[in-house]
Amino acid sequence: MTRKSLQDKISVYGAAPVSDPIQSHTLAVIVDNEPGVLARVVGLFTGRGYNIESLTVAETDHDKKLSRITILCSGTVHVIEQIHHQLERLVPVHYVSNLTLEGPHIERELALMKVVGKKEKRIEALQIAESFRAKSVDTTLDSFVFELTGSPEKIDAFIDLMRPLGLVEVSRTGIAAMARGRDGI
Amino acid sequence: MASSTSRAKPKMNLVQEVPSSPQEKQKDAENVFGKKTLTGAEIVIQALVDNGVDTIFGYPGGAVLPIYDALFQQKKIRHILVRHEQAALHAAEGYARSTGKVGCALVTSGPGATNAVTGLTDALLDSVPVVCITGQVPTFLIGTDAFQEADTTGITRHCTKQNYLVRDVHKLSSIIHEAFHVSKSGRPGPVVIDLPKDIQFAPGSYTPPVKTDLTRYQPRTMPDMSKIEAAVEMIANAKKPIFYTGGGVINAGAEAAKLLTEFVRMTGYPCTSTLMGLGAYPMTDSQHLGMLGMHGTFEANWAMHDCDVMINIGARFDDRVTGRLDAFSPDSRKIHIDIDASSINKIVRADIGIVADATEAIRAMIAVWKKKKYTPDKSALKSWWKEIDTWRSIKCLNYRQSGKIIKPQYALERLQAAINKDKRDCFITTEVGQHQMWAAQFLKFDKPCHWMTSGGLGTMGYGFPAAIGTQLAHPDALVVDVAGDASILMNIQEMSTAVQYHLPVKIFILNNQWMGMVKQWQELLHGERYSSSYTESLPDFVKLAEAYGGIGLRAETPDELDKVIVEMMKTDRVTIVDVCVDPKENCFPMIPSGKAHNEMILSPDAEKFDKTLV
Repeated sequence: MTRKSLQDKISVYGAAPVSDPIQSHTLAVIVDNEPGVLARVVGLFTGRGYNIESLTVAETDHDKKLSRITILCSGTVHVIEQIHHQLERLVPVHYVSNLTLEGPHIERELALMKVVGKKEKRIEALQIAESFRAKSVDTTLDSFVFELTGSPEKIDAFIDLMRPLGLVEVSRTGIAAMARGRDGI
Repeated sequence: MASSTSRAKPKMNLVQEVPSSPQEKQKDAENVFGKKTLTGAEIVIQALVDNGVDTIFGYPGGAVLPIYDALFQQKKIRHILVRHEQAALHAAEGYARSTGKVGCALVTSGPGATNAVTGLTDALLDSVPVVCITGQVPTFLIGTDAFQEADTTGITRHCTKQNYLVRDVHKLSSIIHEAFHVSKSGRPGPVVIDLPKDIQFAPGSYTPPVKTDLTRYQPRTMPDMSKIEAAVEMIANAKKPIFYTGGGVINAGAEAAKLLTEFVRMTGYPCTSTLMGLGAYPMTDSQHLGMLGMHGTFEANWAMHDCDVMINIGARFDDRVTGRLDAFSPDSRKIHIDIDASSINKIVRADIGIVADATEAIRAMIAVWKKKKYTPDKSALKSWWKEIDTWRSIKCLNYRQSGKIIKPQYALERLQAAINKDKRDCFITTEVGQHQMWAAQFLKFDKPCHWMTSGGLGTMGYGFPAAIGTQLAHPDALVVDVAGDASILMNIQEMSTAVQYHLPVKIFILNNQWMGMVKQWQELLHGERYSSSYTESLPDFVKLAEAYGGIGLRAETPDELDKVIVEMMKTDRVTIVDVCVDPKENCFPMIPSGKAHNEMILSPDAEKFDKTLV
């Protein structure tokens, strides 16, 4: 008997359920900017076994002391619905919006990438950066730091191209997201 | 946990008289201490008084001494000294659950706070409103591994509904007011306020509580009427309906239980309750099928399995209730009413999910039922009851009491008989294990808030301190902690508390010399290998009670039982009743893990129990 099936048979708990396909959703969470709020949100994910793929947080309204957390999380439809409700339950959370479900939205990320190289590689890196509209924000005789803003996919593509050209370091912000159209949160 | 400083002060905790000249009295009306500016510690007391606290359970220590000093100088709040911080939380829970008010506890930093964690988690899982104030090292020492320092807000973040670290004395009063509001609103739960010692000394401004509708936490309580109408229509058209009610109805207050009873009687439908929900609908009524779930009744579980419409009010489809999920009530449409949106669709998909307070939801359902002049399908209901009566006729709770050994079930039936004869209001608490399940099966609750047990967390050691909290809230009531020999030892030190405050709590131990439920699982599932489940070297409970200054009684044969129970009902002090019960008895009926409601095992089948199946 395999370990799993043995466990299913004699555990005081039932067998684990068979899962639905995994999806990724982007949630915008408006929270009070108070001590411990990020720990509370992140702790909810670890405590209940949810996955975070990307998380961005910064204060967005200084007067009202509000921060916006953008979370890219993955799970079954059922799990994502749970994440939504569990987040709404937290006292410092004002509003949760599932941007993926609520219609078209924009996701943007900023990345800084350091590319070290000489001669042809250096020229090629610069040309590719130009076609991606990446800015060179620091230059030495044998290195560049590129700044690129765009969808996570675009940044992924750029990083893949830079890798053989001497990419030594990447720093990404995680995504910021917003629904299209005139309605605000 | 006392630090050396608190131990070095062997002074009696007498209440000091507050000066009472007319002028002083005028000031006294403004705040408890009759002073213009208050220290943080005094603000705490004032805020507790303004939030309706009259009793606080706690244990002093270095980091809460200023609050204890403030407690000493007032007489609005009675402090109950427990003997372990876990017990402070459970006592506060007992107090809260038997009164419907917020329970309050006060513990010191470090070990005081970590000892409180079990009680906080218990309150979280059973949705009990509790506010716990923990002392903390001074702000300038936080993060330095100071003496008795622990990251209390970090540790308790996952076992509280909300917690606070107070860093500014001027925010203290509003934080305490919000803590009480959060604790009791929506789905109730525990809240921790971590209070550094320098903040307790610092002078600060006090603001009285504001209207709660102005605060940021506003959970939804009113139901969506279109969903209520759809639900009532579904209920009215049901052929095999069942009400499945939980702790949410109890938490919603006495009015919810009254309305539930009215609605269930109006429809004539059967009703079953979870462990937490017992008492919301009178258990002695014929429409009640008893508790459901792993050790619930045969009829309740079969009715849940075969029903066509399930009306879940304030229950959360716990794994002890549902059994095997993919075989859980396969042919029913489900209505789920819960104040916590995250409970709906968490485990079982609801056809109609309604986020609302149970009182409001049931009131709205009754109104719609009356307005639309619905009547139940009489013939369908008749055949449904006929089916239920066949299940009932199995008499799943039968046991055989013969010979010289007391069966635990018999002991509880005799206890119930004695309670029925007693004029006092009776509250029952339990520890966790076989005795708890037997108590749920054999004791009958006709009123809400009279049954207190640790359901979600399953905390051994819960019942005795909870009984202490209950007795303090209801000094004239009969409070019985139904206990096991193993569980009671987990908070036995509270005997001192019960003696100190003259609390006539009765501890009714079903003593089988085993951790009964552990033994039962080992017998049925682990090849009768009783690994560490025999409670060897048990104390003599009669002598133990006497050593603490209480009363000890023992019943060894069925003949002695009634006499001992009569004696117990008369005692004026904490009393341990050591009932020596059959160690071989197992708790049935039972849904083995991974099985469905209609695969229950009945007690006479125990011999034939196929151990390879589970």
